[in-house]
Amino acid sequence: MDKIMEQMPIVINALNVGFIQTLKLFFVTLIGALPLGLIIAFGSMSRFRPLSWLTKIVVWIVRGTPLMIQLLIIYYFPGLVFGKTIWGSGEAGRFTAAAIGFIFNYACYFSEIYRGGIRGVPIGQEEAGLVLGMTKSQIFFRVKLLQMIKRIVPPVCNEVITLVKDTSLARIIALQEIIWAGQSFMKGSQGISGEIWPLFFTAFYYLIWNGVVTIVLGKLEKKLEYFR
Amino acid sequence: MAILEVEHICKSFGDTEVLKDLSFSLEKGQALSIIGSSGSGKTTLLRCLNFLERPDKGIIRVNGETLFDAESTVSGQEAEIRKKRLHFGLVFQSFNLFPQYTALKNVMLAKELLAKEKKDYKANKKAIHEEIEAEAAELLRQMGLSDRMKNYPHQLSGGQCQRVAIARALALSPDILCFDEPTSALDPELTGEVLKVLKDLAQKRMTMVIVTHEMEFAKDVSDHVIFMDEGLILEQGSPEQVFEHPKEERTRQFLSRYTGQKNVDI
Repeated sequence: MDKIMEQMPIVINALNVGFIQTLKLFFVTLIGALPLGLIIAFGSMSRFRPLSWLTKIVVWIVRGTPLMIQLLIIYYFPGLVFGKTIWGSGEAGRFTAAAIGFIFNYACYFSEIYRGGIRGVPIGQEEAGLVLGMTKSQIFFRVKLLQMIKRIVPPVCNEVITLVKDTSLARIIALQEIIWAGQSFMKGSQGISGEIWPLFFTAFYYLIWNGVVTIVLGKLEKKLEYFR
Repeated sequence: MAILEVEHICKSFGDTEVLKDLSFSLEKGQALSIIGSSGSGKTTLLRCLNFLERPDKGIIRVNGETLFDAESTVSGQEAEIRKKRLHFGLVFQSFNLFPQYTALKNVMLAKELLAKEKKDYKANKKAIHEEIEAEAAELLRQMGLSDRMKNYPHQLSGGQCQRVAIARALALSPDILCFDEPTSALDPELTGEVLKVLKDLAQKRMTMVIVTHEMEFAKDVSDHVIFMDEGLILEQGSPEQVFEHPKEERTRQFLSRYTGQKNVDI
């Protein structure tokens, strides 16, 4: 017990550093993927057939293959095939590669949720806007968007909770996120080795963060309950 | 001169001919009722007038200005269509109010968005906004909804929703207001309050095209009646002519189904 109390500050410190990297990846992914998903959704709903087919194929590939493989390919492909890595060196380069992989992967999932949300708004809403002389973009932003957001909050919440845990996949390209930090005390780091308990701690970090996410998105859902 | 002239309108969906060469005209300040069984093309006709459907053939003129001519290709631009649409208003069977806005905001929204396109909008933003709000409040008052302005659609009854929808359409002061079975989604108790609003509008000489199954109301309120059957105008004339002395056997047959049926008091 004494040993654990001694090691605790070192472990917590390392986990915090890893967790900050995890949070960074989490927020960067959301900031990139939430709007990009909307663009992809419009692409797959486009009346221009080649565009909608292309987007659907891309979404199929991205959703149909493991994110882990996508990360490996994004990170190593340029270096191994063209002999020239484009990601820069060290942790910053790994982060850029991971962020791009995550943003693209999650944007594809979000796009399908958005598509359902947009389709779910009754056609009468668009027609009412049209006969009132609104433009297509006014109808989208002033009439349909909020109704769509209301519909998609629960499925997006699901996806965001998955994202919290998925950030750990970035470990595959050695991004030093929280699991990497926790695991390092199994192998040996800063004089601590063969310890499993830091990993339990990392699980706790995820649990707390997912609690925060659930509460925040639950609040948003509640806020949109003022209309039906 | 007629305010609305419709000439030789045809519309097909795939192989189904929904409108087969329809022509009619309407004088300013008159109420036209369109009756006929379901699937006779009444709703499609209204949707053509409001540019929600594009007729395959035909011409639509308002105040002598050709708004739509199937022969001409220039009439297809979105901005153009938007402007032309504003000659017409449309009240839907299922109201289609915007659920996230209050009754008042539902009435104001389209006008606010239009005002933004004006050049002097930025300078007089506040005054313009207040004017639109006052007009919207007045319209809702006329609909008997003064105490409901701050309510959201889900807090209103069907009849109240439909009256908000009518106020919303009136806010843009259309030349011609179209109603697509405005009471079909309402129970009989609520039908009366909406029909009363329509009657008031008819008395104020609002030009209206009303697709309806309320025969008693059509007889009572309209100046002109069209009976449609299978995409054709089978019979038209004054309410007296069409209801009391129908020429066509099909019209008689259709109307006989409605006689003896209890109608709503208005």
